[in-house]
Amino acid sequence: MKLLSLETSCEHASIALNLDGAIEDRQIDGHNNHSENILRIIHALLADAGVTPAALDGIAFGSGPGAFTGLRLSCGIAQGFALGAGIGVVPVCSLDALALQSALSRILVATDARMGEIYCRSYALEDGHLSALSDAACASPDTLPLPDGQWYGIGSAFEAYPALRSRLGSRLTGCDAHAVPRAREVALLAAEAVERGELLSAELATPLYVRDKVALTTAERLARGGKA
Amino acid sequence: MKVLGIETSCDETGVAVYDTEAGLLSQTLHSQIDLHAVYGGVVPELASRDHIRRLPLLVRQALRDAGLAIGAIDAIAYTAGPGLAGALLVGASVAEAMAMAAGIPALPIHHLEGHLLSPLLAADPPSFPFVALLVSGGHTQLMAVTGVGEYELLGESLDDAAGEAFDKTAKLIGLGYPGGPQLAALAEKGVTGRFRLPRPMLHSGDLDFSFSGLKTAVLNVVSGPGWQPDRAADLAADFQLAVVEVLTAKALAALKQTGLKSLVVAGGVGANAQLRSGLNSATRRRGARVYYPEPSLCTDNGAMIAFAGALRLAGGARPQTVPGIRIRPRWPLAELCSPGGE
Repeated sequence: MKLLSLETSCEHASIALNLDGAIEDRQIDGHNNHSENILRIIHALLADAGVTPAALDGIAFGSGPGAFTGLRLSCGIAQGFALGAGIGVVPVCSLDALALQSALSRILVATDARMGEIYCRSYALEDGHLSALSDAACASPDTLPLPDGQWYGIGSAFEAYPALRSRLGSRLTGCDAHAVPRAREVALLAAEAVERGELLSAELATPLYVRDKVALTTAERLARGGKA
Repeated sequence: MKVLGIETSCDETGVAVYDTEAGLLSQTLHSQIDLHAVYGGVVPELASRDHIRRLPLLVRQALRDAGLAIGAIDAIAYTAGPGLAGALLVGASVAEAMAMAAGIPALPIHHLEGHLLSPLLAADPPSFPFVALLVSGGHTQLMAVTGVGEYELLGESLDDAAGEAFDKTAKLIGLGYPGGPQLAALAEKGVTGRFRLPRPMLHSGDLDFSFSGLKTAVLNVVSGPGWQPDRAADLAADFQLAVVEVLTAKALAALKQTGLKSLVVAGGVGANAQLRSGLNSATRRRGARVYYPEPSLCTDNGAMIAFAGALRLAGGARPQTVPGIRIRPRWPLAELCSPGGE
């Protein structure tokens, strides 16, 4: 199976090519906005591997949650690439990709959602198989519902929000606050999704924002004493 | 040559296929007006979210309506600016990636170039050179147009765009969003001459505009002691008359200054009936003629982008060879070059 994958949900972006389980990847660092370089790097990665767009089985992208513009960059490229090459799309939750970097069995992924909030999801990893124990959620470190038991923490929120660490206390068995979602794991999870028959057509591929309330309606502004 | 055009610069998602032999083959459009109405204006993040949710399906529909597979398309044109950065990025990402995967060129197009060339798609098109009056919610500009990519800015609004003034004034009178068309409809029921509103910069001697003072004059009326809400239609009529008089006078002055006989009107405000009537009679008296795009092309749309892309390619434009997503949220039209001069 041949899959191209993109992950641009945070400032450290990457792309990867999964050729029957062998992963080749490229980092796109040093830019807040990856849009200028990412297509050139995809073009070079495919050319180096001698793979044409139409020879791919699909294109995967880290769907989020994460920086909204970054999510749309990957989603838009995946949609356009799929339309142009006549192939399918595989959205992969970026928190899933982050969880797959852990070698331990009970994983709590928590990334910095900005605005004083955290994106969070818990997982079990058994025999290399990752299964999510909760839906991706967005909440403040003080109100985030934390699952019982012991957890290995991974993600930027463990550094950005000390309150999260102190709430977990000794239930946190270890932590990697510097790991970021990578296209490498997106490509691995995408291959499993394709085998399960989860290849989508381009118009069904959307970002996973989780934070859905982004503006106040006129009625809400007025109710809060604001102006129309 | 068949060009797919994609427009996502603000609150309309548009896709179309234009064929240099057979003309416009298909056009699909989704307006976000209902989405933003409850917020009282365009929310950029929600605009971006809607674009990416709808664009792939609109692309498929436009191709299907044209009876073409992507392999039959020769190039993809997309709006690269000016506009909302997040909204532009959606169209640019999809267009550039689709072009790369299909092995065809992608062309970044200036949104206003799309608008000002759109009257050339009409059954009775103007020929170069002409004066273009661009009037929309985002822009009020007069340009001298001598050819594709040859645009000289003659004058522009120093503050609010004409359409923006319509929307803001509608809000002051208590109309919903988007207020411009509602204000124009209300004005039809009113009588002019009841309110003394200014004609900003009418005698400034140049071709620039200013509409924020007119909006303030309306604010002073409706917040004044003698204001009666049942006179809103008359106030709307006087406001519209003031805008139409200024736009008409400056457009005529531009024709006189350039010595040209053709005026092209493009952009959403170009659909305003009073403006059309004012410009038609004023240009007729001067022996000049005014041209408008087809009504369906007055709003933002993909057809004008596909058309501008096709004209540029036909004019010898050489698309960039290194794939990249390049948007310009702020992009002065006068910085454009003719297709052969890139």
